[in-house]
Amino acid sequence: MPAREPDCPERRAAFDAHVAAEGKVEPRDWMPAAYQKTLIRQISQHAHSEIIGMQPEGNWISRAPSLRRKVILMAKVQDEAGHGLYLYSAAETLGVSRDEMEEKLLDGTAKYSSIFNYPTLTWADVGAIGWLVDGAAIINQIPICRCSYGPYARAMMRICKEESFHQRQGFELMMALAKGTQAQHAMAQDALNRWWWPAVMMFGPPDGESVHSRQNMAWRIKRKSNDELRQKFVDMTVKQAEALGLEIPDPDLSFNSDTGHWEIGPIDWDEFWTVVKGHGPCNRQRMAHRRNAHEDGVWVREAAVAFAAKQRARTTQQAA
Amino acid sequence: MTEKTVWPLFEVFIRSRQGLSHVHAGSLHAADAKMALENARDVFTRRGEGSSIWVVPSQTITASAPENKGELYDPADSKIYRHPTFYDVPDDVEFI
Repeated sequence: MPAREPDCPERRAAFDAHVAAEGKVEPRDWMPAAYQKTLIRQISQHAHSEIIGMQPEGNWISRAPSLRRKVILMAKVQDEAGHGLYLYSAAETLGVSRDEMEEKLLDGTAKYSSIFNYPTLTWADVGAIGWLVDGAAIINQIPICRCSYGPYARAMMRICKEESFHQRQGFELMMALAKGTQAQHAMAQDALNRWWWPAVMMFGPPDGESVHSRQNMAWRIKRKSNDELRQKFVDMTVKQAEALGLEIPDPDLSFNSDTGHWEIGPIDWDEFWTVVKGHGPCNRQRMAHRRNAHEDGVWVREAAVAFAAKQRARTTQQAA
Repeated sequence: MTEKTVWPLFEVFIRSRQGLSHVHAGSLHAADAKMALENARDVFTRRGEGSSIWVVPSQTITASAPENKGELYDPADSKIYRHPTFYDVPDDVEFI
């Protein structure tokens, strides 16, 4: 990472004008320290979410009801690992190391999406995650494909392309249950009941309370407000629930014919902040699992380096 | 994590099909080039995106600096005679 020229009002003004005119920023270009910092925070948290997000669904791989469902679920969880990698790589171009990011996740200073702190109690939860959680993620991520920071935008494009299969397999799974026996239908409805509100909260606090929003909009890191994206998700999902024959668990849900939008009842933000602050149903379990996986992998990482060094030494010896 | 376990970074280039150039797809850490190639295959070509992969240690890439943009590329701006549109040719003359 080359040393950056110091911040000054002229440079800052030129940068702001460049991104405001939809200009892109690449790793070696000058950028304000705050732009770099906010991107590192956002991209690494996004990466952590992909990695932690493997756990709730990974929980069901060994118990998938058919080989078809099992290979689909394995492919999906493998995709999440890949998405984590694309994002960590994008963050690394900003001068932060993979180890630093990993450490911040493991010591709890970096956050990840709160949605993954909810448990997957039944097989229907795998469907609900694909349909609702990945559905919400796609809505969040599509605008980021046009983010001002090149490596982040490119990672997002790759991710969005792969994400659409995730949502569709989830919907198909829900459909199979919803159109199945009464017990299967009830299981699908129960999963929707538990995942609906957490999915709605995935878009973050309401516009007035979102701390990073304004500057991120100006810098073209964020392109649409939390509430705008949430509305899009609600409108889209209400119709999909109808197709499934499932009921959205919100007695206040109503269609506003003036605006053409579905309106939801009040969101329980206390629950959201409780989970963000580490007191959700699975926060401790997710972190403990991640820490164990990291520690259990130490010998593998060390062995790979030792093996590579040995191979190199052998090649050098042969050449001599 | 100890110093020696930090795997070097590799840049990954993929040829999507015969007849096209390798294009930068992303980067990954690996203990050596062989592992980088194997991991690149797992990460970047799961949906038939590739027919050939290059992995290059990121450290070996020499890149031009953004601050030299002016001296490197501006001279081309004044050499408009390098573009075919610079030349006047009558409209009714064909195949030129």
